[in-house]
Amino acid sequence: MQETIKYWRGVEELNNTPEFQKHAHNEFPEFLPVSEANGGDSSSPVAPRRDFLKLLGFGVAAATLASCESPVRKAIPYLHKPEEVEPGIPNWYASTYFMGDIYNPVLVKTREGRPIKIEGNNLSPITQGATHARSQASLLNLYDNNRLKGPVAKKQPTSWEKIDQEIRTRLTGVQGRVVLVSNTIISPSTKTVIREFGAQFPAFEHVTYDANSASALLRANGGVVPGYDFSKARTIVSIGADFLGTWISPVEYSKQYIVNRKVTADRPVMSRHFQFESFLSMTGANADVRIPIKPSEYSAVVAAIYNRVAAGTGGTPIQAPNTAYAKQVERAATELLASRGAALVVSDSNDPAVQTLVTAINTALGANGTTINTAVPSFVRQGDDARMLRLINDMNNGAVGAVIFYGANPVYDHPLSQQVVNGLKKVGVKISFADREDETAAHVDYICPDNHYLESWNDFEPKRGFLGLAQPTITPIFNTRQAQDSLLKWTGSTTDFYTVIQRTWSGIVGGGAAWDRAVHDGLATGTTGANEPTAPAAPLTLAAAAVSINRGGRAGKGTELVIYEKVAIGAGQHTNNPWLQEMSDPTTKATWDNYVTISSAMANQLGVEQNDMLRVTANGKSIELPALIQPGQAQGTIGIAIGYGRTHAGQAGNNVGANVYPLVTVAGDSLIFANNVEIAKAGGDRPIAQTQTHHTVMGRIVVQESTLAKYQKDPKSVTEYVRIATPDGPQKPQKVSLWQDYEYKNHHWGMVIDLNSCIGCGTCTVSCQIENNVAVVGKQEVLNRRDMQWLRIDRYYSSDATREDGGFEKMENPSENPQVIFQPMLCQHCNHAPCETVCPVAATMHSTEGINQMVYNRCVGTRYCANNCPYKVRRFNWFNYANNEKFDYQMNNDLGKMVLNPDVTVRSRGVMEKCSFCVQRIQYGKLEAKKDGRRPKDGEIVTACAQACPTNAIIFGDMLDPNSQISQILKREQGERAFHVLEELNTQPNVTYLTKIRNLA
Amino acid sequence: MQHVSPIREPLVTGGKTYADITEDVCRQVEAKPNVRWMMALGVSLVFLGIFIYSVYRTLWFGIGEWGLNKTVGWAWDITNFVWWVGIGHAGTLISAILLLFRQKWRTSINRAAEAMTIFAVICAAMFPVLHMGRPWLAYWVLPLPNTFGSLWVNFNSPLLWDVFAISTYFSVSLVFWYIGLIPDFATIRDRATGPIARRAYALLSMNWTGSAKHWSRYETVSLILAGLATPLVLSVHTIVSMDFATSVIPGWHTTIFPPYFVAGAIFSGFAMVLTLMIITRKTFKLEDYITLEHVESMNKVITLTGSIVGVAYITEFFIAWYSGVEYEQYAFINRATGPYWWAYWSMMTCNVITPQLFWFRSIRRSLTATFIISIFVNIGMWFERFVIIVTSLHRDFLPSSWVMFSPTSIDVGVYVGTMGLFFTLFLLFAKFFPVVNMAEVKSILKSSSGVSHTHHPEASMHGTAPKNHKHD
Repeated sequence: MQETIKYWRGVEELNNTPEFQKHAHNEFPEFLPVSEANGGDSSSPVAPRRDFLKLLGFGVAAATLASCESPVRKAIPYLHKPEEVEPGIPNWYASTYFMGDIYNPVLVKTREGRPIKIEGNNLSPITQGATHARSQASLLNLYDNNRLKGPVAKKQPTSWEKIDQEIRTRLTGVQGRVVLVSNTIISPSTKTVIREFGAQFPAFEHVTYDANSASALLRANGGVVPGYDFSKARTIVSIGADFLGTWISPVEYSKQYIVNRKVTADRPVMSRHFQFESFLSMTGANADVRIPIKPSEYSAVVAAIYNRVAAGTGGTPIQAPNTAYAKQVERAATELLASRGAALVVSDSNDPAVQTLVTAINTALGANGTTINTAVPSFVRQGDDARMLRLINDMNNGAVGAVIFYGANPVYDHPLSQQVVNGLKKVGVKISFADREDETAAHVDYICPDNHYLESWNDFEPKRGFLGLAQPTITPIFNTRQAQDSLLKWTGSTTDFYTVIQRTWSGIVGGGAAWDRAVHDGLATGTTGANEPTAPAAPLTLAAAAVSINRGGRAGKGTELVIYEKVAIGAGQHTNNPWLQEMSDPTTKATWDNYVTISSAMANQLGVEQNDMLRVTANGKSIELPALIQPGQAQGTIGIAIGYGRTHAGQAGNNVGANVYPLVTVAGDSLIFANNVEIAKAGGDRPIAQTQTHHTVMGRIVVQESTLAKYQKDPKSVTEYVRIATPDGPQKPQKVSLWQDYEYKNHHWGMVIDLNSCIGCGTCTVSCQIENNVAVVGKQEVLNRRDMQWLRIDRYYSSDATREDGGFEKMENPSENPQVIFQPMLCQHCNHAPCETVCPVAATMHSTEGINQMVYNRCVGTRYCANNCPYKVRRFNWFNYANNEKFDYQMNNDLGKMVLNPDVTVRSRGVMEKCSFCVQRIQYGKLEAKKDGRRPKDGEIVTACAQACPTNAIIFGDMLDPNSQISQILKREQGERAFHVLEELNTQPNVTYLTKIRNLA
Repeated sequence: MQHVSPIREPLVTGGKTYADITEDVCRQVEAKPNVRWMMALGVSLVFLGIFIYSVYRTLWFGIGEWGLNKTVGWAWDITNFVWWVGIGHAGTLISAILLLFRQKWRTSINRAAEAMTIFAVICAAMFPVLHMGRPWLAYWVLPLPNTFGSLWVNFNSPLLWDVFAISTYFSVSLVFWYIGLIPDFATIRDRATGPIARRAYALLSMNWTGSAKHWSRYETVSLILAGLATPLVLSVHTIVSMDFATSVIPGWHTTIFPPYFVAGAIFSGFAMVLTLMIITRKTFKLEDYITLEHVESMNKVITLTGSIVGVAYITEFFIAWYSGVEYEQYAFINRATGPYWWAYWSMMTCNVITPQLFWFRSIRRSLTATFIISIFVNIGMWFERFVIIVTSLHRDFLPSSWVMFSPTSIDVGVYVGTMGLFFTLFLLFAKFFPVVNMAEVKSILKSSSGVSHTHHPEASMHGTAPKNHKHD
């Protein structure tokens, strides 16, 4: 039956006409009638003109349509959704950032499995929730396209199996010493792994050095960094140490320092801070008394302070050279003596003699046990210059059989770079764990790229008794492997590094729930002993130090160069980070370059103007950099920052500025970050991209400051309030208004910025940039004055001139050694906002909670609002900054775009943008509270800037909540230190500043 | 016949007859374009090309192609806008206010002046659109019903007032100009020989027959439009000035701006009219219609408005001092002595000093001097707007944001490009439209021409300054 059923393709088949039969074998019987017009001659292959035109037309149209089609972008949903990932809801993981100067316990915010923001970990007793610009920005290194995508053997990509096999074979047969070169490692478990790895070899050495060395400090203090506690100090004397910006552990020190810098009418006391230094550092900018001295004068100044302190405490004076700063030294030393037990002296000098004296001064002042916690020394610096120098020698002598670089890049950052390169040629096996082919990795055989720290497990013991953990927040993006796991593999071990950490910690915090707790918190307390110095070099005796100081030596003629570190770039590990490159330097406000800081007197003498190229020669090497006229630069000195001039950093960091490491002095066993140089005009210029080019405040009260003495006498006298003349006498500007006030029924968000607490570090600006997807625009656009930062730190120098004596022109010139004031400036969210009235399309308007809102969708880009903004905080999208070849930063590649905050729109070309008070955070906080059926709690909603601030200078909150911190401060400071910038314009900002108080001597 | 003063200069010289007027004016339209015109058009088209290229760069890549920055959000764009709007003012003033005041001398120049107004406003209107970040959304500034919900324009914004002011001004000027052209189009139509010309001018003349009824309506409409246009002379630049005056920026926030801007607009407009008229009368041999008398009258207006502007400059300084506001004081001291001092002193020299030379009759009546001074005034008035916009913005309240502005080649390209646009339009107008209002000039011929109408045109063909004024 079934076989008899027949189906027809159509009636034609049923009828089975001859025509159907004819075409039955032909699948497309009605194909284009190609031959028709040729008079039916089907043998002719020539297509008739009409068909040709038809096909041509169709072809062109089809090709055009096809090329117009936008690429398909797929949003692929989870097939199996990870249990803990909820789209739209962030997950937070505790981790720890440690690199260079910065030890920073952090919390990592991840969205849909990718880290998008880093914030401080409030649980950490060391940093107490503070962050640094570099730890904030380290996030972007994760999404760096310049990272290696997998292991590389002899410049060829390879697999882990192959490279492991090759390395193990070659290491087994190695002739000579095996050396692992690293920067400071504070991870107890990593040290275990290294020890076990080294145990395989007859001769193994782990050489630690730091690009910005603190060897002398370590030597003078038994191999550790003393446990400084600036919060206990009433008098601080720093000789060159930029402890708020870059020195040793600035996040920790900022947090401590600020404790005694905050004043209230109830507690009108402050520490007094003396700073002797050569270039104007951020710390110097915050000092109450700043004395510019040459680097060669450090030792004399320290010796003079020592003698004065010794005289006051019954110690043994030493023979000391004369100092030109006897008066300043006398004052500083007198105050140190007066606050014995609450005094602290620090110095960044890498001269062992100087550090020996500093230690002696601190001991004499009774700092041990008070301002120096002797029980809790810090391990964040372990670099030993002498051993590194010896290694370079040994490499050149052929004594080294294998060298492994872990987190170290000596070809770039060691002054004897050329010797390192030459020595490497004589080493049999060269391995690097660098995450990219950096300057050193370019000379090795095998590169086994390490994970980014956000992809890794790790542990830390930054200070005795304090432990930190890092946990992966994302699976490795590339085919990379954690360095410790590589070492374990090469040891022949089958365990992974995670197990090693657990093993290390099990004896200290325990396992199970306690371990889970530690991972959750990202830290614990306990001691591993792994970082205790084993055989520290013996410190110099006082007598030896005295001899060394009196020998003088380097105080030669000519110009002295001081080599310093910038807050953003550090020693050069983050050079390829566009956020940090574009972060304006706290004092110079420069981006995307290093330069020669030079005093105006010296510039005049040399006939040099800003941006003129200078050639700086020392050690037989010279570099060329543009000049930057820097007030506060000690006479006869110039300054150049390290971290620039990299050649193998990546797209953003290559060939930015020049490398100054070759100019570091190698004096015996020490590296001295100063030198006597020859300086000459090199011809030509290179503009330095500064975000601020006018440096004085022109006598305006846009930023207010006063003295502690005045504040103690009458707290109401420190702030100047503008009054408007009216027929009824002087009135507050608010009283003279044509405006109707808004009524706020639910919330009224506001911010208080304490200028006394702000140290100008710029961490908030980076945090804001990350949180709000603010574009990186590059050097040329910064030069065009089109930087996009929503939050900037205005930095003003004092001027000697007033309006009376010489008019405005003279007021533009900063003093030779100016006082510096920092003012974070962001949208003031005016209640009577000048921007809101002028927008023709109402794209910017006021919210019911007091926020001045910007509606990107509605904006047509007339820029009238920006013109009419007295604070100049609005930023315009002059170009498309995303998906634009001309702005080839993270927003121009798919990997880099993963860093974007999905809660914040990426702005298109032609629209205005500005600070939103992190409205996405406010909405999220309100939503969370609503879900719990309660009001948002104070402190629950924090803007990115306030969160990042290491000194709690920024307080955000609801001004309608009488118990909120901001309401309390406003109530307390009203009429005393609270002021609004440009109050006379009656813009009624929601951002209030607190007058800076200086503890002038 | 009307009484003609023996001491007043005649408005039409050369003993023209009605036919002469028709002939002289229509000649340009009917003849083949002459070489000088072709060359001028060629040059203008080159500049138009620059304009198109610069606009392409601006639209394709973004406003970043210009030299603007985070502090100076407006510079050449709005400077050019205000400059062009100001230039346009003379046309309206001449046609409307002088019509209402029965100033007969306006008749021979009003047509070209009105055309200049329209073209200048077209050039001006380019800038508010081009300067937008997203010009393709420019229609959002119009209060159009929309599907965006309850979105409406912001009536508080002076930029919105600008939109209304400029569009009103443009439409009224265009209608006024066109109505005036109708009788002359009819004349050309009647004389036209070619079929295309006849058809085109017939269309343009809207069936004008010259009947008494038509003339009566023409007169009435002209008067009504003059009445409408008169307040516009004051309002347009008043509102443009409010873009600045209602802001908070020192140097902008000034109550003197409305009258000061209006005077400045008339000042620059008259200068531009003079620049153009001196060229036109030479090129098209219209010396008998645009006489020294015209030039002198206009120079007097320039002296007056130039002095008003000068007083305004000084008043601003006085008020800055008198107010006691330090930001205001700084803004003005910075104008005169700051980094843009050269712009300020160019403005002062061109706008305040040069027009004072017109107190001398010989200079007032010298075409060369007038031409040079008119160029100076045009430059000075451009600098005035540049000074107001850029020097006020570049150093406002917070010294941290103080910057310098420097233009890019695209800035320059857009600006000189609009001159190309302007002159292309003007040259096309001069070739294809009657540049002198024949109908109105004819209406004053009897009352104020230099000679009696003897019907012997050859007798007075060469007499430009007849010795005997006849009272007939």
